[in-house]
Amino acid sequence: MTRKSYFLVGIFALALVFAGVSLFNSNNVSAAATKQVIRIGNGVEPKDLDCHKVTGVPEDVLLRQLFEPLVARAAKDLHPIPGVAEKWTISKDGKEYTFKLRANAKWSNGEPVVAQDFVDGWRRLLDPKTASEYAYYGYYLKNGEAINTGKIKDPSQLGAKAINATTLQVTLEHPTPYFLALLDHYTYYPIYLKTIQKNGDRWTRPENFVGNGAYKLQTWEINKVITMIKSPTYWDAANVKIDEASFYPIDNLDTEEKMFRTKQLDVTREIPPEKLPSWQKDKSGVFISADYLGVYYFRLNVTKGVLKDKRVRRALNLAIDRSRIVKFVARGNQEPAQAYTPPGTGGYQPAKVLPSDGSGFAEAKKLLAEAGYPGGKNFPLIEILYNTQEIHKKLAEAVQAMWKENLGINVGIVNQEWKVYLNSMKTLNYDVARSGWIGDFNDPDTFLVNFTSTNGNNQTGYANPVYDKFVFDSQKEQDQKKRFALFAKAEAQLLEDLPVVPIYIWRRNYLKAKNVQGWEPNIQDLHSLKDVWIDASIK
Amino acid sequence: MGLRYLLGRLAVMIPVFIVVVTVVFFMIRFAPGGPFDSEKQVPPDILKNLNAKYHLDEPLVQQYLRYWGDLSRFDLGPSFKYANRTVNEIIAESLPVSAELGLISLVWALLIGVTAGGLAALKPNSMFDYIPMSFSILGICLPTFVIGPLFVLVFAVWAGWLPVGGWNTWQDRILPSLTLGFAYAAYISRLTRGGLMEIRSQDFIRTARAKGLSEGRVIVKHALRGGLLPVVSYLGPAMAGIISGALVTEQIFNIPGLGRFFIQSAVNRDYTVVMGTSLLYFSLIFVANFLVDIVYVFLDPRVRYE
Repeated sequence: MTRKSYFLVGIFALALVFAGVSLFNSNNVSAAATKQVIRIGNGVEPKDLDCHKVTGVPEDVLLRQLFEPLVARAAKDLHPIPGVAEKWTISKDGKEYTFKLRANAKWSNGEPVVAQDFVDGWRRLLDPKTASEYAYYGYYLKNGEAINTGKIKDPSQLGAKAINATTLQVTLEHPTPYFLALLDHYTYYPIYLKTIQKNGDRWTRPENFVGNGAYKLQTWEINKVITMIKSPTYWDAANVKIDEASFYPIDNLDTEEKMFRTKQLDVTREIPPEKLPSWQKDKSGVFISADYLGVYYFRLNVTKGVLKDKRVRRALNLAIDRSRIVKFVARGNQEPAQAYTPPGTGGYQPAKVLPSDGSGFAEAKKLLAEAGYPGGKNFPLIEILYNTQEIHKKLAEAVQAMWKENLGINVGIVNQEWKVYLNSMKTLNYDVARSGWIGDFNDPDTFLVNFTSTNGNNQTGYANPVYDKFVFDSQKEQDQKKRFALFAKAEAQLLEDLPVVPIYIWRRNYLKAKNVQGWEPNIQDLHSLKDVWIDASIK
Repeated sequence: MGLRYLLGRLAVMIPVFIVVVTVVFFMIRFAPGGPFDSEKQVPPDILKNLNAKYHLDEPLVQQYLRYWGDLSRFDLGPSFKYANRTVNEIIAESLPVSAELGLISLVWALLIGVTAGGLAALKPNSMFDYIPMSFSILGICLPTFVIGPLFVLVFAVWAGWLPVGGWNTWQDRILPSLTLGFAYAAYISRLTRGGLMEIRSQDFIRTARAKGLSEGRVIVKHALRGGLLPVVSYLGPAMAGIISGALVTEQIFNIPGLGRFFIQSAVNRDYTVVMGTSLLYFSLIFVANFLVDIVYVFLDPRVRYE
């Protein structure tokens, strides 16, 4: 080709690009003007949309729009409000709940939602053949555990009965003060049994899916997008303002952040950690930082070597400056953890036992000397295990440095790939392991129950019958004040034995476009799009 | 013409295929951690039911033979992680995306590479030589996860001309394919330059010029065919590289391609998807190299496979 032809081709190509660019921009603007569309970054591709087969947060975000629970939650403070149930009564002993369902609740295929749909769902949750990983949520129901473990073969023995189409009677194993909040979890959603019976595992494909929520599943392209449209059969459709919602599984945080900046996304899931400091200075109001019901901590293997000694575990806890870690490593406005349960969980405030700064260094040194390692001399090498991710590495390095500086001990750090790391913790094949726990519901029980001796999520070897008794007693106690007193005792015991090193309380940091209204930050980060709308007048 | 040789090459594919299936099958199962390990502990009874459903409680050899049985019917099995999809469906949805990305990247690589290299060979030791070759060094040294976000920053965030990610409109194709193709364009440009420079000094080129042909005609009709031989040899590994290099690009640009599934399935210990995608990649790379061998025969009259 001659030089002149090169030139012409170049001009032609540029012209094409500009034409495409203007088309691209105009498409975005015109779409937003005619109907309310929201585009949300949702982290990883959901495993499934079957409420009994999933365990993750991205799935929760989606299921929350496609289903409506018996009892829902207010957007801001999460107190229980009517969902499918219009009203309910609770018996004196706290074990019997009677729900009155609204008559106009409908499934996305037009069929009415009836009490039996909830019974069907809960039976499926506890059916051993379903192999639901969250089946233990159903253990609050009478005979739930027995049915799930096969001790009772007849599912009709479950403490849930449909008296008639609009009346559901529920019987619990023992009084559970947070039961109404539990009903909002996807394990307690109703199901339209016929689609599951007809389609088996494939019932969650858009062409087979049936839900009773404000939104209807429209398309599901894996690793690309899940779209939902406003459900025309939803009983409160008149109050649902967003017409279409798209959820994007974007696993690369930098890409997600850039998509937000170029207005391809309205809400992100996260913010890349390196960009946190600059976004925190942002004054435009798109940066959202909210308390989250979770704690970042290290597990200590209390069955191994030097960690068997309580004094050593306490020294390790006191020798780190949590506020410096939050300020310089995590950098997300998190609160240093001075207990284990996040403050304010279900209204409970744990006593602040651990120091948030360096005020415990002197005592730490003393304890280590008492345990036989003055100045860290002869202290055996222990390792901090973390799952391969930059932020965990930085935190482990910070703690390693603090322990070296304040105790004089040498600590190694080792990273493992996710599944290997999970396996190591399960088999107690570690010394110190980075961990996190997000509460399943807004009650201290979801945190404290983990460290009872038989709980599968313990994974530290910690077994103290005194602690167990406090926790299990609290599960049977109805009086709020007495419950909180038992929590305080359990927590005090845990913070004396210290099978953990709590570091900070989680915080959700993400970006939300200014024109998205009604999206209230709350402690469990639960958002129903039913409460949200786009204000087109805000740019 | 060497048909026997080429057929022999095809036949070798079968035993290699068997080895690949066996190695991947056992390797993934020996890795610590299983498909149903999760942060919230699964009660042992439930784990037993899950394993039974996917035949993971059978002895390994039985599972292995069962897999061959399914494979012979082209059934790659259900996904362990995504219960409502089969591996065949996952591949059917994501392979076209990756194929399109790979093809467009290859086109960019050849277009930019041959043009730049050709220009450099036409005017050696001038600006037309130094500038493209300097850029090609950059292309060879900078990995895709540096080039990609750089392109995104310049063309999407600052200029606003192109989207950051996704795979919907045709504009979405531009940056990812440029990113993926850039490194290969760099190699191809250097190979083209080298190949053309060598050919130009050959006798038959002098003859063509002596006959009175224009320089352009000399290059395109006579020199290019031989000069591109190094490029053609490189295309085999290049296609393999593009197919596997797409993993990073797909992740950066949020493209629903096969590469992302490949990585995710290994992390998730989704055995069937790992097997399916591995076998697919093996087949693609094998075929790519095989095709390059055929093309080579047509390009170089001196080559005969005996």
